[in-house]
Amino acid sequence: MAECHPVGFQWVMEAKARGAKVIHIDPRFTRTSAVADQHVPLRAGSDIAFLGGIINYILSNEKYFRDYVVSYTNAATLVSEDFQDVDELDGLFSGYDPETGTYDPSSWAYQGHDDGSDGQTGRPTAPTSTGDDQSGQDSGSEPEGSAGGATIDDVGGEESADSEKDRGAGHELGGRGANLAHSKVARDETLQHPQTVFQVLKRHYARYTPEVVEQICGVPPEQFLQVCEDVTSNSGRDRTTAWVYSVGWTHHSTGVQYIRGSAIIQLLLGNMGRPGGGIMALRGHASIQGSTDIPTLFNILPGYLPVPSAGKHDTYADYIATIAKPGMKGFWTKADAYTASLLKAWWGDAATPENDFCFDYLPKLTGDHGTYQTVFDMVDGKIDGYFLLGQNPAVGSAHGKLQRLGLAKLKWLVVRDLQMIESATFWKDGPEIESGELKTEEIGTEVFFFPAATHTEKEGTFTQTQRMLQWRYKAVEPPGDARSELHFYYHLGRLLRERYAGSTDPKDRPLLDLTWDYPTHGETQDPDGDAILREVNGYYLTGEKAGQFLPGFVEMKADGSTSGGCWIYCGVYKDGVNQAARKKPGRDQNFVAPEWGWAWPMNRRTLYNRASADPEGRPWSEKKAYVWWDEEAQQWTGHDVPDFQLTKPPSYRPEEGASGPDGIAGDDPFIMQADGKGWLYAPTGLLDGPLPAHYEPAESPVDNPLYTQQGNPTRQVFKRKDNLQNPSKDEPGGDVFPYVFTTYRLTEHHTAGGMSRWLPYLSELQPEMFCEVSPELARERGLEHFGYATIVTARTAIEARVLVTDRVVPLKVGGTVIHQIGLPYHWGVGDDAVVSGDSANDLLGLSLDPNVHIQESKVASCDIQPGRRPTGEALLRYVEDYRSRAGITVETGNLRMTAPSDDRLEGAQQ
Amino acid sequence: MGVKDVFLSWPVVRQLTGEDPLGRGAAAQSGRTAALQPRTATADRVVQSVCPYCAVGCGQKVFVKDEKVVQIEGDPDSPVSRGRLCPKGSASEQLVNSPKRLTTVKYRAPFATEFQDIPLDRAMEMVADRMKESRDRTWQDVDGQGRKVRRTLGFASLGGATLDNEENYLIKKLFMALGAIQVENQARI
Amino acid sequence: MTNSFYGPLADPAGDAGWVDGDHQPRKGFFTDTSVCIGCKACEVACKEWNAVPDDGMNWLGSSYDNSGALGASTWRHVKFIEQPKPLGAQQAGMEGTAAGVSVTDVLNRAADSALAGDRSTLGSTNRVDLGMPTTTLPGQVDGAQRTEFRWLMESDVCKHCTHAACLDVCPTGSLFRTEFGTVVVQDDICNGCGYCVPACPFGVIDRRVGEKGVTKNEGIAQKCTLCYDRIGDGLQPACATACPTQSIQYGDVDELRERAQKRVDALHAAGVHDARLYGENGHDGVGGLGAFFLLLDEPEVYGLPPDPVVTTRDLPEMWRKAALAAVAMLAGAVAVFGAGERR
Repeated sequence: MAECHPVGFQWVMEAKARGAKVIHIDPRFTRTSAVADQHVPLRAGSDIAFLGGIINYILSNEKYFRDYVVSYTNAATLVSEDFQDVDELDGLFSGYDPETGTYDPSSWAYQGHDDGSDGQTGRPTAPTSTGDDQSGQDSGSEPEGSAGGATIDDVGGEESADSEKDRGAGHELGGRGANLAHSKVARDETLQHPQTVFQVLKRHYARYTPEVVEQICGVPPEQFLQVCEDVTSNSGRDRTTAWVYSVGWTHHSTGVQYIRGSAIIQLLLGNMGRPGGGIMALRGHASIQGSTDIPTLFNILPGYLPVPSAGKHDTYADYIATIAKPGMKGFWTKADAYTASLLKAWWGDAATPENDFCFDYLPKLTGDHGTYQTVFDMVDGKIDGYFLLGQNPAVGSAHGKLQRLGLAKLKWLVVRDLQMIESATFWKDGPEIESGELKTEEIGTEVFFFPAATHTEKEGTFTQTQRMLQWRYKAVEPPGDARSELHFYYHLGRLLRERYAGSTDPKDRPLLDLTWDYPTHGETQDPDGDAILREVNGYYLTGEKAGQFLPGFVEMKADGSTSGGCWIYCGVYKDGVNQAARKKPGRDQNFVAPEWGWAWPMNRRTLYNRASADPEGRPWSEKKAYVWWDEEAQQWTGHDVPDFQLTKPPSYRPEEGASGPDGIAGDDPFIMQADGKGWLYAPTGLLDGPLPAHYEPAESPVDNPLYTQQGNPTRQVFKRKDNLQNPSKDEPGGDVFPYVFTTYRLTEHHTAGGMSRWLPYLSELQPEMFCEVSPELARERGLEHFGYATIVTARTAIEARVLVTDRVVPLKVGGTVIHQIGLPYHWGVGDDAVVSGDSANDLLGLSLDPNVHIQESKVASCDIQPGRRPTGEALLRYVEDYRSRAGITVETGNLRMTAPSDDRLEGAQQ
Repeated sequence: MGVKDVFLSWPVVRQLTGEDPLGRGAAAQSGRTAALQPRTATADRVVQSVCPYCAVGCGQKVFVKDEKVVQIEGDPDSPVSRGRLCPKGSASEQLVNSPKRLTTVKYRAPFATEFQDIPLDRAMEMVADRMKESRDRTWQDVDGQGRKVRRTLGFASLGGATLDNEENYLIKKLFMALGAIQVENQARI
Repeated sequence: MTNSFYGPLADPAGDAGWVDGDHQPRKGFFTDTSVCIGCKACEVACKEWNAVPDDGMNWLGSSYDNSGALGASTWRHVKFIEQPKPLGAQQAGMEGTAAGVSVTDVLNRAADSALAGDRSTLGSTNRVDLGMPTTTLPGQVDGAQRTEFRWLMESDVCKHCTHAACLDVCPTGSLFRTEFGTVVVQDDICNGCGYCVPACPFGVIDRRVGEKGVTKNEGIAQKCTLCYDRIGDGLQPACATACPTQSIQYGDVDELRERAQKRVDALHAAGVHDARLYGENGHDGVGGLGAFFLLLDEPEVYGLPPDPVVTTRDLPEMWRKAALAAVAMLAGAVAVFGAGERR
């Protein structure tokens, strides 16, 4: 955090000065470690084992926050008897299909009923806090129905599990919470029933002992137990612990499950929805949060609504039903209002209830259309044109060579940036020109470089890492022909609409019916950013309030009487005021600072903050008071905007059959979840298992010690000659790539360098590509400090200066010593930047997390040799030699299921 | 300034007549030094902004003089950053005023070996032409299984994490209306 | 007069002729290295504000330091020191790992081979023992099992000495003591003679190397001004303004000294017994520093002289002998100008 978010780190330093303990878990000793109380070096790619070890410690030492766990999580919920865990199936969960590499998650479901008409008593109407429920004592009884073992809890829900079976990819979920298969689930609040989530969790993590953690992560038990002790003793009524992560957790073939691991810890310890708690995703770009909320992502529409998929969302009714069927609980049930408002914002008067608000105008997905799939399509000549907007994939995306080869196959390429980045010049100075793989005169790509405006030359909002929108005022005009993206896309849309004007082709209706009249300013006819933010907020369209701004998304209607371009941003223009532009100084406000900027949703700064109070609505402790129920005023109040219906008392219990927000009880804080609970176990919604389990990275010099299954059996692989993988330890040739490398940023640079390598003040601080190695590895391979090293993978070889440092330690993993190599990824090969160099991302192949299609770029295997790499054609021969020595084929490393046994498959497929 | 003033302002005279007989302080101060004013004070206006690098969202104050950004520093009002900036945020004036920044549209024709300058308007017309051509040629009403898709896979887009919400909104809106689904950004990377 | 060159001096600005309304409380820096995260915001903010040119694109292989040293184009310099020593109760995560050889072993072998002429890039100088300290840091043993480790960072800067030799030797009056007690180069006065360069006991000031007519202030002596223009307007210096963790604190030197002592006490109480102040003492060889430091090891570890002495300590004695000549010259000057005014 000190490395990549130094200014945010001031709060950690301040907490430390006030007595907080700072623990840094990272393969390298970084600038964060330098000031932490404890640094824990671990093997890159082993975090789930580490987190699993903590979960095991919490459960086996009774360190969980029982009141919180019972009331606010799904610990008491019963899981289907059909569920089989990885321990039973040698590394697979039940439901695995080896043909498609996907799971049928139906066996992971909660126990319960699909229909709410059987009159089963739900939970008691009086508030329940702790184990006063007698019914759970007979834990051995048959849990089906209402008999003995558990109560049945009405949670609503709809989506039959088989609709997820053929999904194969997480993108169709959009960003919404997953639905449940049963409308009533069985619970045992004593947590004793063997099928409770709690007991399933306990069994699942029992293997993750300190010794196993050491065996997988290379972390000695004393260090590991110190972390366990600190984290658990600092959690409870009076204290909270926060976890902070960045792409060190997401850039893995099991990345989503890394985050799930910390979510389980935080729920067990009662650290969610409370001040000083939570899981903080430190995002890496000024508005990367905003570009997910109002997405430039293929699978989602604004507000995490899914982009419709062919065959699944063929009608508007189908589409809405997969998100929110009547009877379901929580705020996603209003998806029809959010969607209708969005379509009204886009297609205005053309969008009517009769034509399903032009739902048909939306294009449909037929699988993965993510950036890596698109690049393969480029290489295969399927893509004509490509727009790059402040992105430099030739340097910043995994498998740089593939990126550049893809660019060279385009008909036309539009690059919009401040500087002449490598992605715009690959055709004359890229590494493939030097190696002879590409020739400038043979590259047919037409390149348009448009100079862009900087942040000072346009007005608008960034959404920072805590979901807060902050308005920037325009300071000056952009120089010359430099323009904002707002200008470019508004006028591009205008030009296209001119070209299609008068068309009677139905395919052109969406463009011609689009609301595209924005006021413009000045000589350059710059569109008004404020007008767009107003459209995003949305309006009442009919009735006496027609024309007024919506104050919040609860006002959105499904009948077309409201508009709004992004439901979670609704309220940003409440009362006709640009709330994101509020700049009341922090020192003049309380510590939450609610009047600086605006956070979605509804200016709530801490999500699920109902959980900061106990089930009765009282703060868990005075010290940690944040949001609570004011008995006198009969409403929720506190330091932050309550993330709960304001006047719903803690004692509220939904009536039989209640749905939507009304289906959420007064003590269910997780209001976006279909059961109002924090999910320790995910019965649906994830493609690679209901619980995080340790798998080795796609390329690993270590055997998975837990089971035969080596890697994530559902990871997305691309078996292609241009995406060869290194063999892992258990494969022939695995010893050719014996080292682990990880990639990262440095404080002095920004991602692929477009905003740092062109600036002398930043470039001089880190002017050259280097690798960080331990003295032991330096001795083992004869690497000379200050000299050069060549790092090799099945993709290519790069060179880097050698920085020998004690900050990198070899780890003992399962009896062998594992060396790790650190590679910053800021440099690229080109002629225009102040500093250039080989790109670490060129070393990476593509294996993706199945849920989110994000690449595994934080860990891979390699070899390292002293000296500079060969150049020209010799480089290709050098890499080819490695491939043949390792016996690499397109199958290598791309087998999702390793060493299958018939028994296991039968179990998995039942 | 009269001759007498010139004489009296001479350092050596100030040294002999003032409180600084060794000529190491007040007497040695030059006229230019005495008249120094920080460019934060001489700026025409100050604009509140947000740092464009990472996602912490530090507040920035942008000082403008003669329609040029002359200084960018931390905004002490921000409850996020309290006026502080990291090296990248501190370099943002150089980012804005970088002499290497391009201010004209550069065009590389197919198989050409160099860029050439072309006018912005013409470049935008050319891009619009290419989008239309690609869209019309690659349009799919149904996929291979006969399912309605109404889309083009002819062109794709990557970028948005460094852009404003309003910009991402227009991009998504336009591309969806065009039936172009391959819109992606750094959040996937 | 003796105070003006050596020994404790309560008020350097007053001593330099700043009186009445012009005189300001002495301003300085307290750089608390115990909270430095080595981000180098200070280096960039300084350069950006003062339009200091880049200092060359040189990878130094010296931990994360590629600035090397303070100089005419580096007015703030963050040092990185990797040490096999514990930092208070910090657990660095080295225990029980598969350790063996220490980094200094590797570095020393590299240095040995370079000095022995193995490395063509570094020339063929044969190693001669000059009695200089070795590159092995205190307490470090070659090839030892790694158990302890810490990474120290320090943002170095001009010390704004109470007795500033650079200023005292400056023949042009370019270097002067400001009303804030700081030491500033006036680049419109400096003629680039360079007397100040060897005078500085810390090696801070230097003449800017660059291209004549291209590089700003080429040939002129340059160093930190404590952002003289900013502090004159009530602002903080650029580095202190940017510093994310308040490792660099700006303010009245008297108050900073109190604050610094409290911080040392707090660190001692927290088990960081290495913490000590450097340059806060008015009785040292330079009369105390206007920019002083909290260090976590001996000054030498940070490349700071353990007992700096102002190089002009004996200047008054030399001046007495030159006084007669000076008086004669001044008389001549008065005669000439007196005649001029009558005309």
